[in-house]
Amino acid sequence: MKLEIKKLTKSFGGLRAIDEVSLDFPSGSLSAVIGPNGAGKSTFFNLISGAFPADSGQVLLDGREILGLSRTERMHRGIARAFQVASCFPTMTVAENLMAAVTAYLGRWGNLSHRFPSPGVRERAEAVMELVGLTQVANVRAAILSHGDQKLLDIAIALALEPRVLLLDEPTAGMGPEERWRMIERVRGLWQQRALTLIFIEHDMDIVFQIAGTIRVLCYGRVLAEGTPDQIRNNQAVIDAYLGTEADAA
Amino acid sequence: MRSYPGLRDAAIAALALIVVLAIPLLHRSPAFEDFIIRLSAMALFATSLNLLVGNTGMVSFGHGMFYGLGAYAFALTMQMTDLSLPAAFVLAVLVTAFAALCVGAICVRLGTDYFAFITLAVQMLFYSIIISWQSLTGGDQGLRGGIPRREIFGFELASQLHLYRFCAIVAVLGLLALRHISASPFGQTLRMIRDNENRASFLGIVLWRARLGAFTIAGAFAGVGGVLAALFVSGAYPELADWPNSGQAIFAVMLGGVDSFLGPVLGAMILLALNDVVTRFTEYHGLVLGLVILAFALGLRRGVLDFLRLAWPGRAR
Repeated sequence: MKLEIKKLTKSFGGLRAIDEVSLDFPSGSLSAVIGPNGAGKSTFFNLISGAFPADSGQVLLDGREILGLSRTERMHRGIARAFQVASCFPTMTVAENLMAAVTAYLGRWGNLSHRFPSPGVRERAEAVMELVGLTQVANVRAAILSHGDQKLLDIAIALALEPRVLLLDEPTAGMGPEERWRMIERVRGLWQQRALTLIFIEHDMDIVFQIAGTIRVLCYGRVLAEGTPDQIRNNQAVIDAYLGTEADAA
Repeated sequence: MRSYPGLRDAAIAALALIVVLAIPLLHRSPAFEDFIIRLSAMALFATSLNLLVGNTGMVSFGHGMFYGLGAYAFALTMQMTDLSLPAAFVLAVLVTAFAALCVGAICVRLGTDYFAFITLAVQMLFYSIIISWQSLTGGDQGLRGGIPRREIFGFELASQLHLYRFCAIVAVLGLLALRHISASPFGQTLRMIRDNENRASFLGIVLWRARLGAFTIAGAFAGVGGVLAALFVSGAYPELADWPNSGQAIFAVMLGGVDSFLGPVLGAMILLALNDVVTRFTEYHGLVLGLVILAFALGLRRGVLDFLRLAWPGRAR
């Protein structure tokens, strides 16, 4: 699904966290959103996913406005997200987390007539676990999973909603270098298998330049640059504001 | 490997009921029978509260109002109309459920702290109404004149033994129903809200609706407990709806364990037993109760059943 953002704006008090941002994410694209801390990256995701309302602008999903819709309605249109700090249900096992997500997605969360899970829900949850590689820890409580597995579970919960557009807020946050690469390879695999429109926020430039098809750079709530990894790597504004130079690093 | 936990629960309930019903056949003890009757009411009261506290993470300080309302609605219906006992029972529970729906509609959108405060405030309002509306409720004297003990299904509730059996059956069926609710997809939804309401709302769960549902169901089952209490005291007293009574339910939940379905039942048992034993020896029963609760809070740091489950992992909840 194609995601078009037009002149999206959001202020907190006097601060323009997102300032007339216009971006296109073609159907099936794999894009990175980068930028310094406080650039508005997470706010950008929050506005698209409906965490809080925007002040003005448009978000079009395959040409249809979604900005006025509730989180639930956006979910049913095909938007799902994972969080910067892994967000799951800590007292439940991995399998229960995913069965609960599937139950909610199917609209059966108010059902009183039978025991949890409803028929068919376990199978769907197992399919998601298989897909992301959490089958081994299916019966482990989320609270005691490793950090990396918690991040994976967060993504798995989003995938249980059968999204067409998936927003990942720093999928590799808090991971060691090796774990980062494993994670990002998995994310790329999911993108290919599911034909997702995938947008991720990432701080590790090696990862970004390696896997993103296109890169959008946010700075002070505005779009500083967008383009292919090569274009971004050589963009002077981006180098000044964010990437720095070899000399800076030394 | 398919198991049938629903059947297992029903089997445990049936077994417990058989044991409780068989005891008076072997040995009559009015004190024990009184205890079970009071426990039936208290167990439903505390377990229904735990649907909010343990399952959903909503700490209500005003749950006693629904217990009291169940008692008053039932006793008044029995006194003022010719309805049969089951009809008055159902009517009282419906009235309580409706009241819980209305109170919940105001309360459930509030944050945790304000939710606790406003449930307490509404309860105090309800209590004041009972005290002031003397012509209907008898004011602080309570509702006197007794409850006409019309026979139902061969139960003659004026007889203690029959009341004992009736209360035991109602309590076990009520607990079984609560267990079913807690184990349903809706029960799982409540745990999702407790664990992480933000994520739950991104999965399509309408938080206020789920919370309002839980609040209404909990109120209705507290009302069932209130009906049993009314039968036991043959009337209704404002104390049933007063805030210390809500506190009793919270104590029962904390003593027994919030994460175990039967925790509040065990808590109610401990609380009632403490009450009975301690009042025999000292008038400072509040002091002893306080010490016991401190011991639990600082020593075990959780309720008895939760503690045992942690000590022997792998047991079912």
